[in-house]
Amino acid sequence: MREEIITSGRLNPHIDPHLAIWHWHIPLYLFLGGLAAGIMFFASLYTILGKENKYSGAVKRAPIIVPFILVIGLIALFFDLKHKLYFWQLYTTIRIQSPMSWGAWTLMAITPLSLVWVALHIREWFPKWDWKFSIVIEIEQFLQKYKKVIAWVILYFSVILGIYTGILFSAFNARPLWNTSILGPLFLTSGLSAAAAVIILFSRRPKERMNFAKIDIMLIGIELFLIVHMFMGFLASTQVQIEAANLFLGGPYTAPFWIFVVIIGMIIPAILEFLELRKFHIPAVIPVVLVLFGSLMLRFIIAYAGQMSRWLY
Amino acid sequence: MRYAMAIDTKKCVGCSDCVVACQTENDVPIGYCRDWIVEICDGTYPQLEIEMRSERCNHCENSPCVRCCPTGASHYEEGGIVTVTEHKCIGCGACVASCPYDARYSHPKGYVDKCTFCIHRVKKGQQPACVAVCPTKCMYFGDLDNPNSEVSQVLKKRKSKTLIPEAGTKPHVYYLI
Repeated sequence: MREEIITSGRLNPHIDPHLAIWHWHIPLYLFLGGLAAGIMFFASLYTILGKENKYSGAVKRAPIIVPFILVIGLIALFFDLKHKLYFWQLYTTIRIQSPMSWGAWTLMAITPLSLVWVALHIREWFPKWDWKFSIVIEIEQFLQKYKKVIAWVILYFSVILGIYTGILFSAFNARPLWNTSILGPLFLTSGLSAAAAVIILFSRRPKERMNFAKIDIMLIGIELFLIVHMFMGFLASTQVQIEAANLFLGGPYTAPFWIFVVIIGMIIPAILEFLELRKFHIPAVIPVVLVLFGSLMLRFIIAYAGQMSRWLY
Repeated sequence: MRYAMAIDTKKCVGCSDCVVACQTENDVPIGYCRDWIVEICDGTYPQLEIEMRSERCNHCENSPCVRCCPTGASHYEEGGIVTVTEHKCIGCGACVASCPYDARYSHPKGYVDKCTFCIHRVKKGQQPACVAVCPTKCMYFGDLDNPNSEVSQVLKKRKSKTLIPEAGTKPHVYYLI
């Protein structure tokens, strides 16, 4: 039998026996970023379509969590940095070929924009809210006038943020599992699906909840299609990508991926939401939590499994 | 100017002198290495073949690490040497994940570190430490653009390969086979 034995003298921490440079921070941040992008997408979309009152859960209520989750995501990202005191170097340059660079700038834009959005809709949560200072009131009135323009800007940035969470991985050709352009649309769809689920939780109008349940079922369908498509692509590609796919098709990530992400995180919540539409009484929180769990697990598993896939030894 | 290295896999005995020389010259933290020995034993017993390789950063022409660096800390120096500016590096790890050769590591001080082709020596007209100490003289370093350089000459005479050229990185460490 022909054998090839490779012995390497390298044993660098976090590099060998396989890459482990990114831990929980990155997938958590990608989940929160995707969720924030999704919520802001729906909020701006329904504002542009002029359906602010019909979809008040999406436009006015759910976005209140966005600044918080973005800040938590940014803190996670900061903790991931190993040369922390130099983080400001990110904002001294724009490097178009580096997804991390334009991701950092997108966050720089969308975080304050989401704060503005929450401020513009603060009376939905606190009807007696008073800005107290006349200058703030004037600024608010000015921004209210241009809300649609702001919505357009947020719409673009939210799509960029949602796609970027996937492109961050897919730009690495060194990790065959990540090196697929499907990850951008997959993470965007997953973020939108998580956002639709959160909006169901925040919405007070049954009609809106039902519409978002329908949207979520549709998005889960797209996700499943993209996942199948991703594996088809891998299996029809080079040896390293076939091996990457095999991490999920018999390898160590088979059970976590198919059970936690696909069955618990997608198929079961889709069925529950479908039954809800058929007038079965199902507590809304169950499918919502499952979708969020699946979305988080998808990022964790892709982040960890990707670091196990490689070209050399 | 295009610096490159050629390493003779037939002459290398895997003594790790290059590894130790690099660690000493560049003050590499204990437990880390910028270059390392790989031994590949291939074949059907008893027809076995051994290839010894002293591996390091390939100072690629199309470096994924330079491309993905968000701050420009990873950059090309004169002659195509890929280095990291410590005070610009935020330690995000993107370049570490982007290297198909896994040639980078996160220095305990936080920034990312890697082989520099001993640029501080090369600028003085000296050879990189690993090349200078090799007891079998199996390493050649020099300018590929100069047809008379040692590395150009040896690459002309001998068959060579690079590691995973299919990754599209255009590596500049050649292995004589």
